[in-house]
Order: sequence, then C-alpha cells, then structure tokens
Amino acid sequence: MKGQYRMKDMPVTAISFLTTEGNETGDWRSQRPLLDSEKCNRCGLCWMYCPDNAIRPEQDSFKILYTYCKGCGICAKECPRGAISMVTEERK
Amino acid sequence: MKEVISSNQAVSNAVRLCRPQVIAAYPITPQSSVVEMIANFCTNGDLQAKFITVESEHSAMAACIAASATGARTFTATSSQGLALMHELLHYASGLRLPIVMANVNRALAAPFNIKADLSDSLSQRDTGWIQFYCESGQEVFDTIIQSYAISEQVLLPVMVNLEGFILSHTYEIVDIPKQKEVDSFLPLAQPRHCLDVEDPVLIGGTTDLYINFRYKLHQAMEAATMACKEIDTQFQRNFDRGYGVIQPYHCEDSDIMIVTAGTIAGTCRAVTDQYRKSGLNIGVLRIRLFRPFPKDQICQVLAGAKKVAVIDRDFSPGCGGVIAQEVKSAIQGLRYPIPVYEYIAGLGGQDVTDDTIKTIINHTNNTQEPEGCTWIGLLR
Repeated sequence: MKGQYRMKDMPVTAISFLTTEGNETGDWRSQRPLLDSEKCNRCGLCWMYCPDNAIRPEQDSFKILYTYCKGCGICAKECPRGAISMVTEERK
Repeated sequence: MKEVISSNQAVSNAVRLCRPQVIAAYPITPQSSVVEMIANFCTNGDLQAKFITVESEHSAMAACIAASATGARTFTATSSQGLALMHELLHYASGLRLPIVMANVNRALAAPFNIKADLSDSLSQRDTGWIQFYCESGQEVFDTIIQSYAISEQVLLPVMVNLEGFILSHTYEIVDIPKQKEVDSFLPLAQPRHCLDVEDPVLIGGTTDLYINFRYKLHQAMEAATMACKEIDTQFQRNFDRGYGVIQPYHCEDSDIMIVTAGTIAGTCRAVTDQYRKSGLNIGVLRIRLFRPFPKDQICQVLAGAKKVAVIDRDFSPGCGGVIAQEVKSAIQGLRYPIPVYEYIAGLGGQDVTDDTIKTIINHTNNTQEPEGCTWIGLLR
C-alpha cells in the first residue's frame, strides 16, 4: 500500500477502503468458543451479547463466526444453558 | 443590536447564530450558563439543533466527534476538570480532522479546589492538535466563536475558544449582536465534506502503518492555520467592522520593555503602560490571541526591537515555569540574537492582577540586570 501512495494524494485522515468486515479479527483469539448444539435452546442471548457481531442467527441455530470472534468469552458467560465452552485455541 | 450580556451569554448567542446541528455538553462551573442558554434556544425553537445531554465531558466530546464525522456542525463547552476529562478524545477530534468548535471557560485545576480564572486548563491541552484562541472581551468572545466555525471548516481542525472564568464569563458588558442574515453571509450553512455515509460505510481513523504521514498532514494543516486565522479575521473585519489579528501589539514600535501576555491581563497592562509613557518609560504590550498554532513569525517581528521582554503567565507548568514564557522564548530563538526574557507568574486561581501588580512587574524588569528564573507575584510574605 505504501508504494502506491504519495503524500499529496493521501486523504486528510485515515479512511479504510473497506468496511470493518475487512478486519478479520479472529486471529487475535487465544480462547475458542465451542457451541454444543445439543444443549442450545436457541434463545439468542449469545447473539445479543456478542460485542463484535461474531455470532449470526441461522435458520434454526446460531453460528459462531471464527473469522471475527476475538474469543472474549462473553457468550459462554451469558449462556444460561452452559452450551458454550471456551477452549484454548490451537494454532499451527 | 447592542446588548449588555455576560461573555457566557455572548458564547451562547454566537453559537445560536452559527446554526450548529448538534450540541452535546455537560455542565461545569463557570461554563454551565453557556449550555443552559443553548438548551433553552433548542427548546424554544430559536435554534434548530439536537441537544444531547450526556453523563460526562468525555461523552460530550465523543458525541461531538461522532456527529461531526457525519458532517454535522457541532458545539460543546466546558471548563477545567471537564476539559481534562475530555483529554484523550481531543486527540481523536484533531486526528480525524473534525471541525468541532468548543468554548472553554478557563478555570484553575484542582487541587486545591478553585473555580476561578487560570489558563492552565487549556494550556495543558496544548499538544492535542486544537487551534486555541484566548479572548479579552465579551465582544471578542462573540466574534471569535463565529470566526472559529469559518476557520475550522476551512482547515479541518477543531477550535477551542478560551475565556477566563468570572472575569469574562460572568461579567456583563456591551456586545453588538449582528442579525442572522449578516452571520449567514459570513458563515454559510455547514458544507458537505468527506464524512461517514451509511450508504457507503468505511472505517475512519483505524489502524494504519502510515501513521507518521497523517501526523505530518496534521502538522501541515496547523502551520497553514495561522494564515487562515488571519485571512478569516480580515474577512470578518470587512463584514462586521471588527478585527483582532492573531496577536495584538500595543505601542510596540518604540518600546524598551515589551510585556507579553494573554487574555484579560492585557487590558490592565495597556492602562498601566499609558501612565508610564507619561513619565518617559516606553513600554509596549503584546497580547497573544492565537496560541495554537503559535504565531512565531508575527511575535518575532514585534519583539525584534525590544531590549527586555516580560511575560506574564496566569498559568504554569510545574518544574518549568509559565507556559507562554516558554513559548515566547522558543519563538524568539528564531531572531538569532538574545533578548532577555523576564518570567512572571501572577493571578493563578483568579487572584486579581491589578495595576499595582503590573507596576511591580515593570519595575522589577526595569531594575533587574539579568533575568533570574520565574518570579511569582502575589505570594504571602
């Protein structure tokens, strides 16, 4: 990116070329939430509490978006059924 | 129309005529009456704006930043501890290049607790990237608010208009309030600029390894702002027949001792120097109206002929001295020849700076061979 820019062409402040969907924050994660669909009653509290919109409602379930989930654990804490557990993220 | 109003009311009326769209503020003495009056304007329809009541000054600035990022003309006002609480967001406002205008009523910082005039609150926000004005009268406060919107929207930097607590804020004097259409012709409605847009969402001010380049652009904008302030003041003078310049010299052409100060102390200085002039000692007064960007060249030009410079600071930086004195010393370094600078701290926490105080300072400067650090005026024996 640096190579393409010249000082005079720069905007006055840093403006992204993308929406925040371009920031794939999932690789910040050290703890990985795992959703046990057997225990889940689809109440949607995890989706409501997720501060990063990293849980998406599907047809009749909720899906954790690991591309964005930072592993904060709020969903696991709030789940009244204990359906979400946090496990150490294993990276290659 | 001429009215007898306080400088706080001058701020409120000037803001009303500038037609901001969003005001977010939190009350703090001695600023509260500014936003109380604006809240009334919003309620009774004199000003068509969204007034957001917030839980702190930090939130007030956050709301102004968000509103300004969508293109709205915004305003807030604060003082002392409230300004200190805003501190981290002041950097965001300038870094995002948002034309926010804020009135700060100068008040001492605690502890000990003190609600009276002291410039340390805003001077300690020197490095936040805000343009800073220091006013001397109700009329100047009024006019500077209007000028500030024009300046901020031209150079895309936030502007802080400073007025001393009680000495200005609660003192009533004659202020000429122009008609709405006169202000409109000087300051058109907020123009579209590069803003957040729900149809085309972007992230502004996010992480970038081009950081140093954006800081350089901020620096360039600040450097260019001195000229913008001068030009807009000239334009204002054409429209309203009142102008102030970025600095205000008084009898500086032929003076041996030059007093440099900011704010209301300058008026007392001018009255005292008139008396000295009759007795043969020529003294000039230089009031610094624009503090950031610091008008170095203009100041050097005025101080070039002085034999001695005395700086009066109603503020101080512990472990260093008066803030304005440090700035003046740094600026006259550009002259490449030494002028002795005598530094005085006076009037902290609203202590009166009377004609006797000024005389003490002049006599001390006149009778002292070499400057000897910072001299504090008005301490107990």
